[in-house]
Amino acid sequence: MDLTPERYQKMVKRAGPSSPLGTHCLWAFGVGGAICTLGEGLRQLYLSLGWDQDASGALTSITLIGLSGLFTSLGLYQRLAARAGAGTLVPITGFANAVISPAIEFKVEGMITGVGAKMFVIAGPVIVYGLTASWVWGLIYWATTQMGWGG
Amino acid sequence: MSRKETLVLGQGAVIRAWASVGGKKEGEGPLCREFDLVNGENSLGQDSWEQSECQLQQQCAELCLRKGEITPKEVDLTLGGDLQAQCTATAYAMRSLGTPYAGLYGACSTMAQGLALGACLSSSCLLPRVLVMTSSHFCTAEREFRTPLEYGGQRTPTAQWTATAAGACLLSPKGEGPRITALTFGRVVDLQITDINNMGAAMAPAAAQTILRHLKGRGTRPGDYDAIVTGDLGQVGSRLLHEILEGEGLPLPNHRDCGLMLYDLQTQQVDAGGSGAGCSASVLCAHFLPRLAAGEYRRILFLSTGALMSQTTFLQGESIPGLAHAIELEGCI
Repeated sequence: MDLTPERYQKMVKRAGPSSPLGTHCLWAFGVGGAICTLGEGLRQLYLSLGWDQDASGALTSITLIGLSGLFTSLGLYQRLAARAGAGTLVPITGFANAVISPAIEFKVEGMITGVGAKMFVIAGPVIVYGLTASWVWGLIYWATTQMGWGG
Repeated sequence: MSRKETLVLGQGAVIRAWASVGGKKEGEGPLCREFDLVNGENSLGQDSWEQSECQLQQQCAELCLRKGEITPKEVDLTLGGDLQAQCTATAYAMRSLGTPYAGLYGACSTMAQGLALGACLSSSCLLPRVLVMTSSHFCTAEREFRTPLEYGGQRTPTAQWTATAAGACLLSPKGEGPRITALTFGRVVDLQITDINNMGAAMAPAAAQTILRHLKGRGTRPGDYDAIVTGDLGQVGSRLLHEILEGEGLPLPNHRDCGLMLYDLQTQQVDAGGSGAGCSASVLCAHFLPRLAAGEYRRILFLSTGALMSQTTFLQGESIPGLAHAIELEGCI
């Protein structure tokens, strides 16, 4: 059998079915949009109840996280995500799912070594690099204001 | 004496009894009526998925011994393995079975590995009564190799579904039943596939190489077998196997893949097919052995195919080594 890795890679590329990109994009757009519309609806509701802009935003995030937690534990969020992909991954509900799902999964290994240690196994990198990016951007912002360029 | 690549066992080792156990999804698939036992719930009433897989093996071993009308005390050796780290599903199942035990790890190639080793020991009467068993569980494999079950990820179309299933065979030098008459241990083949979601592609070259070596060692052609069965190449790996072997001038019209037989790919959302150490083991015991015993098949070549990476080597960017062992099975005369 005379098969080089390079030739085999080409065969593999041909043999593998490709993802249905159009369908996936439509699902992501529809579901992601629906989650964001729900968020905006919640924000309007909180505003109408007399909360100010900041509090309404925070309450909206909290509600969406709570709903994501509920649907994740009922086993429904991942069923929707299997079709919606980035539509359920990108909104705050996706981040909540990434934290809650390992917490449920590793509960059997104890509250400290299981839930505590594994809870951020997926979301951890997002937090690390999110904070790093904000720190770098903070430095740039500070430097530009020192030079009189920024606001 | 020339080096032997293929071992021929003369009268061979007899598979005196066998058993197959499936989970919920497997019980909804095309082989639902062929399993000895189907569990309606994948937890099997246990507190953790690891315990559930252990229970799966216990069920399978007990069924196999009962069908073989033999007690655990009469078993000379159990060869077994699974996909969990340190093969714990099997080791923990062995706590209650209590037979002498040697654990095997060949990832999804474990069933053919165990049957090949067991056939050598049994047919030579060194250890006459050998129990061979393997399992896999979707939930333990997802936990170990991928993401938590409740995580909202999207599967790629080349991904395969780890079977929640187990298979067990009881070997003895004499008696009634299908016989293992020849075997070829595989070599590790690695053609630099790094995609953990395309294990069929990682394993296909190993399967092709073992088939070629076995046919050469035996002096046979694919047409001499009623079926050439691979473990879990799935849709992508099977396509690649055919392409590789056609390139060698050896078309395989009688090829069957357990990963494509266990589920209905159209309706069960398993993407490229089934996989796992329990996939080939359960399909062998549920589908092929009964047909060999009934005389429907005279001779088949059975391969279990394994992808030998770990989560650590995958994260370090290493490619996936593939391995396939082959055993030749003859039906009851």
